[in-house]
Amino acid sequence: MSKEIKLMKGNEAIAHAAIRYGADGYFGYPITPQSEIMETLMAEKPWETTGMVVLQAESEVAAINMVYGGAGCGKTVMTSSSSPGISLKLEGISYIAGAELPCLIVNVMRGGPGLGTIQPSQADYFQTVKGGGHGDYRLITLAPASVQEMADFVALGFDLAFKYQNPAMILADGVIGQMMEKVVLPPFKARRTEEQIRKEMPWATQGKLKGNKRNVITSLELDPAVMEENNIRFQAKYRKIEENEVRYEEFMCDDADYLIVAFGSMARISQKTVELARAEGLKVGLLRPITLWPFPTDIIKKYASKVKGMLSAELNAGQMVEDIRLAVEGKVKVEHFGRLGGIVPTPDEVLDAIKTKLM
Amino acid sequence: MEVNEIIKPENLVYTKPRLMNDNPMHYCPGCSHGVVHKLVAEVIDEMGMEEQTIGISPVGCAVFAYNYIDIDWQEAAHGRATALATAVKRLNPSKMVFTYQGDGDLAAIGTCETIHACNRGENIVIVFINNAIYGMTGGQMAPTTLEGMKTSTCPYGRNVELNGYPLKISNLLAQLEGTCLVTRQAVHTPAAVRKAKKMLRKAFENSMAGKGTSVVEFVSTCASGWKMTPDQANKWMEENMFSMYPLGDLKNVE
Repeated sequence: MSKEIKLMKGNEAIAHAAIRYGADGYFGYPITPQSEIMETLMAEKPWETTGMVVLQAESEVAAINMVYGGAGCGKTVMTSSSSPGISLKLEGISYIAGAELPCLIVNVMRGGPGLGTIQPSQADYFQTVKGGGHGDYRLITLAPASVQEMADFVALGFDLAFKYQNPAMILADGVIGQMMEKVVLPPFKARRTEEQIRKEMPWATQGKLKGNKRNVITSLELDPAVMEENNIRFQAKYRKIEENEVRYEEFMCDDADYLIVAFGSMARISQKTVELARAEGLKVGLLRPITLWPFPTDIIKKYASKVKGMLSAELNAGQMVEDIRLAVEGKVKVEHFGRLGGIVPTPDEVLDAIKTKLM
Repeated sequence: MEVNEIIKPENLVYTKPRLMNDNPMHYCPGCSHGVVHKLVAEVIDEMGMEEQTIGISPVGCAVFAYNYIDIDWQEAAHGRATALATAVKRLNPSKMVFTYQGDGDLAAIGTCETIHACNRGENIVIVFINNAIYGMTGGQMAPTTLEGMKTSTCPYGRNVELNGYPLKISNLLAQLEGTCLVTRQAVHTPAAVRKAKKMLRKAFENSMAGKGTSVVEFVSTCASGWKMTPDQANKWMEENMFSMYPLGDLKNVE
């Protein structure tokens, strides 16, 4: 059977993939550069086909709390926003992590701080992988570098979220959200029935059946001894995720003297940089973290003893570079190259950075 | 007449609601929460909806409502209960969904969520405890605190020039097309309790009939926060709260 290939924006791919995954609900609030996600969902009217609920909330705060409510019922629910809107959602994300609920959040990053710009950025790396909201929690973070991955990571994000009862985030940027590419959409999957939810997620609030214990979705625990136990349980889960869920892609790394580490749209640009460098006889490779948390620490550590230098290319002032430096433990020089405030660099600029900062 | 002759089911005037469990309540003596909890538990039970009901508890004194009424619960962030309830009901249209919120939760930090849930006509019940004070955090000023009333953050009395006016949020909600029932009740006398229960039942029935949002405000006492005895608090409520927050239906669409 021939594959159904479509041409669409990354944001549109997210919407189609969510319907096809069998998502039960999307709750959002418009913000550039990701509004096409809700616009596409509204135009597709999935409530008439799969039964998926799509609701425009009164704010990002309300939207993430709708996600909390839906996730608490064992439903497959998601929201999306861009940087300033994600800041508003962080309270809710912390509560969702604290209540151990699965959900998917999409951040199509734009330049900040503040209202900033609507142009692409990767300046929410710290916010996403280091917590963002209050308390010791972690967010499973997937960084797509293509429209295809925007579609694919909806399923991956939901699967990981349900596997670990933890929120997952697709951390894209304005380039990935807005650019149009070929995409093969996944096949349609049925939504879970109430019976399936009760069986697979016995913790979900679906109404307390007689003889059962009541289910309570909460992140509150006033007894510090029990709250510490809860935190220890969260941490054990996070270690398990770090052990099992690291994902990355290598491009011409085997013989590389210099390694670019880049994610999302910067990885796309850096792939061209590798080609330009190779044409000049420079052995440059690209390591693309796909999961930003858990971070691919081990593979970076491995390359630390093989290469002469690493360049962290990011659309920010130097955020992921800190995790790379932690990974290499001082064994190799790690420099940062970044453009700020919505400026996207050319592959040549990245190559120049390798030459001036590492050689 | 012998005592044994009186002890018959038809003479029973009071019993602990079946859905109230044995956990010791953290509410203070004289607080309205206990009575309102009882009414919520009775209505759910009498409607036979125990297995279909999901409650949303707030941040504030009723944060632990889930410890007392034996149904499924979700505990919301401060002010966000109606956002949760919106999703719970929309994703599970056959369930009965309600929020239980205080004045700070519903009418200060959660005003936006409250107004928009009501304006969308979500088929939920909002149980609203208005005791004109923040009880859980130790008696601070609420949006509903009366003019001149002393709290720990307006120790010389609420000054409207500084703090604005007591917020009659139910009057606002009654103006919205999405609400079908907005009523103000109290539980300070047996007659008031019976009337309040009747309206609460109507609210829950509305939600299952898909009529829109029902808001049942309970003008309530906070004896500890008001620094009064339970009896004084009831009297003070009648003399001061009822003139600002008169009991009765603000909206009741048949």
